Amino acid sequence: MSYLEYNVKTVPAGARKVLYLNWPLILLLTAVASIGFLMLYSVAGGRLDRWAEPQMQRFGLGMAAMIFVAMVPIWFWRNVSALAYVVSLGMLLAVEFFGTVGMGAQRWIDLGFMRLQPSEVTKITLVMVLAAYYDWLDPKKVSHPVWVLIPLVLILIPTALVIIQPDLGTSILLVAGGGLVMFVAGVSWWYFGTVIAAAGGLVAAVFTSRGTPWQLLQDYQYRRIDTFLDPSQDPLGAGYHITQSKIALGSGGFSGRGFMQGTQSRLNFLPEKHTDFIFTTLAEEFGFIGAFSLLVLYGLIILFCVLSAMANRDRYSALLIYGVAAAFFLYFAVNMSMVMGLAPVVGVPLPLVSYGGSAMLVLLVAFGLVQSAHVHRPRGR
Amino acid sequence: MRQSPKDIEENARVVTRRGLVVGGLQLAFMGMLGLRMRQMQIEEADEYRLLAEENRVNMRLLAPPRGIIYDRNGVIIADNAQNYRIIIVREDAGDVDDVIAKLQQIVELDEDELERAIREMNRRSPFVPVTLADRLTWEEFSKVAVNSPALPGITPDVGLSRFYPMKADFAHVIGYVGPVSDFDLGRIDDDDPLLQIPKFQIGKIGVENKLEKPLRGKAGNKRIEVNAAGRVMRELGRDEGIPGQDIQLTVDARLQNFVQARMDGESAAAVVIDVTNGDILAIGSAPAYDPNKFVRGISSADYRVLQEDRYVPLRNKSVQGTYPPGSTYKMVTALAALEAGVVGPEETVWCPGYYQLGRRRFHCWKRGGHGHMNLENSLVQSCDTYYYDVSQRVGIDKISAMANKLGMGMRHDIPMSAVAEGLAPTQQWKAVRRGEAWRVGDTLNASIGQGFTLTSPLQLAVYTARMASGLAINPRLIKTLGGVEQGAEPPAPLDIRPAHLRAIRRAMINVSNGQRGTARGSRIVTEGYEMAGKTGTSQVRNITAAERAQGVFRNEDLPWERRDHALFVGYAPHTDPRYAVSVVVEHGGGGSRAAAPIARDILAFAQYGGVPPLDAYPTSQRERIRTMYESMTLADPAPPVPGRSRA
Repeated sequence: MSYLEYNVKTVPAGARKVLYLNWPLILLLTAVASIGFLMLYSVAGGRLDRWAEPQMQRFGLGMAAMIFVAMVPIWFWRNVSALAYVVSLGMLLAVEFFGTVGMGAQRWIDLGFMRLQPSEVTKITLVMVLAAYYDWLDPKKVSHPVWVLIPLVLILIPTALVIIQPDLGTSILLVAGGGLVMFVAGVSWWYFGTVIAAAGGLVAAVFTSRGTPWQLLQDYQYRRIDTFLDPSQDPLGAGYHITQSKIALGSGGFSGRGFMQGTQSRLNFLPEKHTDFIFTTLAEEFGFIGAFSLLVLYGLIILFCVLSAMANRDRYSALLIYGVAAAFFLYFAVNMSMVMGLAPVVGVPLPLVSYGGSAMLVLLVAFGLVQSAHVHRPRGR
Repeated sequence: MRQSPKDIEENARVVTRRGLVVGGLQLAFMGMLGLRMRQMQIEEADEYRLLAEENRVNMRLLAPPRGIIYDRNGVIIADNAQNYRIIIVREDAGDVDDVIAKLQQIVELDEDELERAIREMNRRSPFVPVTLADRLTWEEFSKVAVNSPALPGITPDVGLSRFYPMKADFAHVIGYVGPVSDFDLGRIDDDDPLLQIPKFQIGKIGVENKLEKPLRGKAGNKRIEVNAAGRVMRELGRDEGIPGQDIQLTVDARLQNFVQARMDGESAAAVVIDVTNGDILAIGSAPAYDPNKFVRGISSADYRVLQEDRYVPLRNKSVQGTYPPGSTYKMVTALAALEAGVVGPEETVWCPGYYQLGRRRFHCWKRGGHGHMNLENSLVQSCDTYYYDVSQRVGIDKISAMANKLGMGMRHDIPMSAVAEGLAPTQQWKAVRRGEAWRVGDTLNASIGQGFTLTSPLQLAVYTARMASGLAINPRLIKTLGGVEQGAEPPAPLDIRPAHLRAIRRAMINVSNGQRGTARGSRIVTEGYEMAGKTGTSQVRNITAAERAQGVFRNEDLPWERRDHALFVGYAPHTDPRYAVSVVVEHGGGGSRAAAPIARDILAFAQYGGVPPLDAYPTSQRERIRTMYESMTLADPAPPVPGRSRA
């Protein structure tokens, strides 16, 4: 069902729309963000001004943006999806030429009031353009090779741009997020089986290319993989992050060391303690109870998204919601796997908790789209 | 394009189905994450917690203050002085070279030390403090402190270091401490973690070395929390450890100072013992050296000077040096003979100036001979022939047994380095050690303290004290250790008939007071302060027949190292003995001329408790004595500080 089939009269209008927002989702997002504020306060050694306060301001800004996006009818967003995608590609190109180099990677555009990471924006615009594409495409053609090639190109252009930044984590997220949208849209199982097999081949190629002139990854990326495979071979060097992160996590035990009592993070044993590794501080200070609670909150966010998508018979809306949920899921799944030693360190933040403006803002805008889809879903019949 | 409602429903179902598959996979993945959390935080939590503790807690050793050493009156002999240091922290200093250059304008820095400090600084993390210079004077220290705003990263700091206020006086007694070396670590079997502290001071020699364990104390520690870079964040706990135990010596610092000063210019040793209980009141060896030079590590130039000095200042002659006792040994032979009953006190021996043993002739020091000699005269005039004769009757084994009974040929148990055993030879000793049979001539030589016989000044003093008191006293150097009185059980009486001891003492009184006594020139004239004693002159070479014929054995004509050793043993007051003394002047010539005056002055000082008045001396000597005392510089050891002693 396309938006053209909407019976517009059944859709709430004006200020009444606020009542039709997915409030449980908003509460869950706020709860997760609040955990983030608490942890940022803790890792700053009991200082608000260092990370927690800017993060709260961004959250406030992000919430406002979310409500605003939610108020705008979903069909508007559908119509601008392709444009948004092109703009984000333009920004990715811009960072290639004018971007700020940080942590050895070109990732930011300095907008003056904030530093924007186009790669974060792209995660959502990619989901939007794919959802719009499959909404436009005749469902009977989704598995036709030509119509499969188009979304593949849509995914691979930004992925290529991100990989040369270089930002391996985001590029993996882009591929996985885009792939999930394609899967949900009904593309044949065969393609996915083939891609997974090909990925296996690629991994083999990546390893065999090492040390040759056509080496596929940067040296530091190889080192990270080595470290992931055996952190103990270099506990004070490259394996340091993972080893210390695991120590922090494990030493939290069942109930944790208590708020502000985490020795690992307090004493700077943890790298990037306020960004990518903030989960370890939570796990150290609040133990299994704290860490598992956060996982449950994330799970509930996914659940409410899935429920919202299932109840939405608009194809664009459903695909968008699944896509945003998938992107969100990939964030925390990769981050948690990374800090628990299940995945290599790839530099993916913990969504809504890690300190960082772009990811927070982009995610809340994405949830604004989810809300808009929820508010403007087809009703009645 | 418009779709039929049926298609729309079908497509929505596909999306929902696929969405549920994805949602299910996501849920499964989250379940796995949850299980991983459970595994790490519940099942393996203890292991990780242990690792975290190791990460953050660091132990730092706290060196306990070393025990203080006092003299018998509480005068400090070895102290822990504040050591003013300059410490630099590289990261605070910024431009290190610039800061050091500025510092050099204020205080002089040792080039070697500076180079070492810079090397250490570059090797360590930038926040680790490194000692740039130590042992600053207070003046230098305060200059640095005043200028510290202009010297970023520079901190004036105070630590503890050993200091010997009495300088050379006690060098041979308590020795010195020095920074622990690899050599020390290899030599001593000690797992005390304190030894791992760089430049930790341990006793190298003397009492400092022998009583190292109690003096050192037990290491304390502080547990500090460090961050990943090793920077100290805060102190978690502290265990102060146990300070080293204080030691009080039996030595009297003022007497010791006088003994050292009196021997100045000689290569000599002297020991003063309290005859009633064996307390060592002074135990000197000259020349000495300043132990403070060793505390930090002596320069090779200074060390070479000490090593090449022919008076061997590094040798502790009082316990380590062994000398043929010469005539001071004659009381041993005499007592052995008396106790064996082979000679009576009034029995005489004819001295023609020599003793004929078969075809060999043993000479008395007096070529013309002494004539008829009884026991007392033989000691007073130091007739050799008498002892040649008597020793043959009693035999060497009984003589040496008597020597052992009087404290010679045995190692006394005092905590000083290289305490010598000496030698009171026996027939068996010669058979075992030399593989030769004992000959009668050996006995004759031994009877006058020559030949194989060797004694240390400490043994001579113990011997004299035992004869003077008739008690089997043992020398004691440590009065209290950690406030506990050491080995103060009353001495047992000697197993010698008191009448025989009295006869010997009567003779010794006449040695320094009788008209013909060999030490008459060194008598104390004050009534009740008179001393008794015995001179000795021991040969360090054999007199050849040719020399004897030429009459060349005036010591002054010989090179220093071939002259005779001069010895004297004595005690005072002669009627009620309190102090026993032994003096050995290496290559000093005759005992009556070189050793007896020193012994006399020491005994007089001990009795008067200070520099003796001139009327204690014979009138003819007063002018010379006055000049001597005027030229002597004596330290006045600081009186004991009330409340200072922890003992």
